[in-house]
Amino acid sequence: MASDVVRLRVQGASKSFLGIRALDRVDFSLRAGEVHALLGENGAGKSTLIKVITGAYRRDGGEILLDGAAIDPQGVTDAQALGIGTVYQEVNLLPNLSVAENLFIGREPTRFGLTRTGEMRRRARALLGQYGLAIDVGAPLSSFSVAVQQIVAIARAVDLSGKVLILDEPTASLDAHEVDTLFEVVLQLKARGLGIVFITHFLDQVFRIADSVTVLRNGRLVGSRPVAGLERIELVSMMLGRELQDEERARSGGATPEGAAAIRFTGYGKRGSVAPFDLSVRRGEVVGMAGLLGSGRTETARLIFGIDTSDGGQAEIDGTPVTLGSPAQAIAHGFGFCPEDRKVDGIVGDLSVRENIVLALQARRGWARPLPRRAQDELAARYIEALDIRTSDAEKPIKFLSGGNQQKALLARWLATDPRFLILDEPTRGIDVGAHAEIIRLIERLCADGMSLLVISSELEELVVYASRVVVLSDRAHVAELTGEAVTPSGIMQAIAAHEKAAAA
Amino acid sequence: MSVALKGLRRLAPQLVTLAVVLALIGFAFPGFFQLNWQNGRLYGSLVDVLNRGAPVALLAIGMTLVIATKGIDLSVGAVMAITGAVAASLITSDMPLAVTLALTLLVGLACGLWNGALVAFLDIQPIIATLILMVAGRGIAQLITEGVILTFNDAGLIFFGSGSVLGLPMPVVLWLLFGVLVALLVRRTALGLLIEAIGVNRRASMLSGVRTRFLLLTVYATSGLCAAVAGTVAAADIRGADANNAGLWLELDAILAVVLGGTSLLGGRFSIAGSLIGAMIIQAINTGILLSGFPPEFNLIIKAAIIVVILVVQSPASQSLFVYLRPERRDATPVTRERPAR
Repeated sequence: MASDVVRLRVQGASKSFLGIRALDRVDFSLRAGEVHALLGENGAGKSTLIKVITGAYRRDGGEILLDGAAIDPQGVTDAQALGIGTVYQEVNLLPNLSVAENLFIGREPTRFGLTRTGEMRRRARALLGQYGLAIDVGAPLSSFSVAVQQIVAIARAVDLSGKVLILDEPTASLDAHEVDTLFEVVLQLKARGLGIVFITHFLDQVFRIADSVTVLRNGRLVGSRPVAGLERIELVSMMLGRELQDEERARSGGATPEGAAAIRFTGYGKRGSVAPFDLSVRRGEVVGMAGLLGSGRTETARLIFGIDTSDGGQAEIDGTPVTLGSPAQAIAHGFGFCPEDRKVDGIVGDLSVRENIVLALQARRGWARPLPRRAQDELAARYIEALDIRTSDAEKPIKFLSGGNQQKALLARWLATDPRFLILDEPTRGIDVGAHAEIIRLIERLCADGMSLLVISSELEELVVYASRVVVLSDRAHVAELTGEAVTPSGIMQAIAAHEKAAAA
Repeated sequence: MSVALKGLRRLAPQLVTLAVVLALIGFAFPGFFQLNWQNGRLYGSLVDVLNRGAPVALLAIGMTLVIATKGIDLSVGAVMAITGAVAASLITSDMPLAVTLALTLLVGLACGLWNGALVAFLDIQPIIATLILMVAGRGIAQLITEGVILTFNDAGLIFFGSGSVLGLPMPVVLWLLFGVLVALLVRRTALGLLIEAIGVNRRASMLSGVRTRFLLLTVYATSGLCAAVAGTVAAADIRGADANNAGLWLELDAILAVVLGGTSLLGGRFSIAGSLIGAMIIQAINTGILLSGFPPEFNLIIKAAIIVVILVVQSPASQSLFVYLRPERRDATPVTRERPAR
């Protein structure tokens, strides 16, 4: 169906923020009449690419060609005038206004300066009729489902632009039936010759609707492929960054220790977050958790740590049932949690390295039993040395440290509480190579000392080094558990791909 | 020793500002620094500054803790009116002084807990949550006084407005005492650290096991309690409860005192001593304008102009300008400070 006419071509687009390359010489081309899926984990550069195309960000380099002519949009409105429309995940319309007003806001048909409401509604009905949508256009937008709101947003964007339509995770909050409705509209627009960029995390939707797919990782282009003939496993490996050929590296991590589980969860789960699961971690064991973004990995960690509360099931420590109703309770039981988003959920930026290190221990002791300053200094000095945290001074605000050193200070925060069970969510994301290796060594050392660890990671080749078991998640459920020889990057990717396929069927 | 030095360095901008303001007034009115000892107490313009500044100083103590958690308490002026009305109506219905004071403090505490509950449990933005009581508070106070200015003659209660201890006016003793007590409480326990952590990053603090809700409740309760003391002092000072005017706009002066004291409205690091000095800067300006004999209609404008100057000098933009202008600090090598000798 897709023609050979290239609608939009991006060549060597680059964008840096404060010296960090968010987009590194990325090429992208979109033909007329095709649906082109744009994939990548968080921070891969998808939204940066979109914002460069729509002019929301000024690009540092590269060029953008629309129908063969170089364009340089100065902003979203400018891009719209050139023919590039965007619809975001959170519908950016005005829910309190009517459907017709939303469609024609800023360009209402007027006579003598007054809005001609009747004319506007007539045009709105005609416009939505093209999409097979017969609704009361005078009713407020908020009275319709999210799917209808999405279609209204698409109708508006297409009406304003008409050459390229960018859909940023449009299906994220839709149910299966609503996705069908949306896809019908997308197919219809495709038949009209629009080029459609479709950002999603759901692989089955890619195979269902996209003609080609482009994968980004760490701001770089991994590759573009036609979907026809593309193997699911190949796509997963493109996303998670691993060539299937150089496989089967020796695993050093490994043997599952003997003995009963120290930490055990049975039937834990939360509606709308993650399906009920069983999970157990032995003393001195590292259990890995793998899955694509949005598969329920972080949600599992939030439940275990008491940030969210489980709908049912039971948590046990050494065979004794415990309640985990809040982080404070979990910490009282000897749990620790290093979250994925260090800046938002981890560091307390304006406070010193010392204060960040003692925070969890102090919180557990309660406000009335302060750690003496001397004990704080000693704790800080001990961990700064043991974990080689590079800082000129324990009193330096932690926000001035590099990502890797911040991560080490956060690990120190938990180690200071002498935890029995530590949950690490993407412990090596966004930190430099040196610190990377140190954190992996630290995980192995803690495990050897008898601590129980649960490590969530997208870096599969890393995960298999230290994890003795890997739990695989997909579509907000625990779908497989790999042990022993099966713990390899390809094994994990096959488990993910197998389930994604099953979900699509 | 080193801790005291560090504290002094931290407070240097505030102390310098206060000194400059006082020096300017002293330059214009040489009699300003004169102190007399009469009838067993100290008199003079300086004592007057300390005395008149008492309500704002008391409010600033609680406000500092609230602002350190990235919050704000707009209701303190109204709480002053409520608690002043409670104290006046209880004492005029022949309640013993101890009962009157205890109930007044209890009412202030309840007001603070109400604010704290809205912020901590319902997650309402502090500015809105406390706006409710700011607006409703004067109505409540009017209901208590039944719309009149409730005057009283109880010597015990009046003592809190015009009495003196060891030669110092009672209001001064009260704010000094309260300031030292609260400062010791938060710095000798872990409260200070935990409050600062919440102010900088509430989510991260919660995830580290800090009981954020309990602490938020505590700081707003403290603010309510401070407002109750300020309300009692203000009522005792005029020997009556004026529901309409007691503590009017003082919440804004208290916020200003905290900001002048170097605590950021974005939360985090705080200094109660800084806020108290800030309150005295504001009062010194008020007294100075009063002494100057300018027509009273200029007062607010002059005060605003002086405060703008102070804030511009303290602003991060001009701070970095000063650093830039200081040549020896321009090399970028981080200097490792020596650890204080133990």
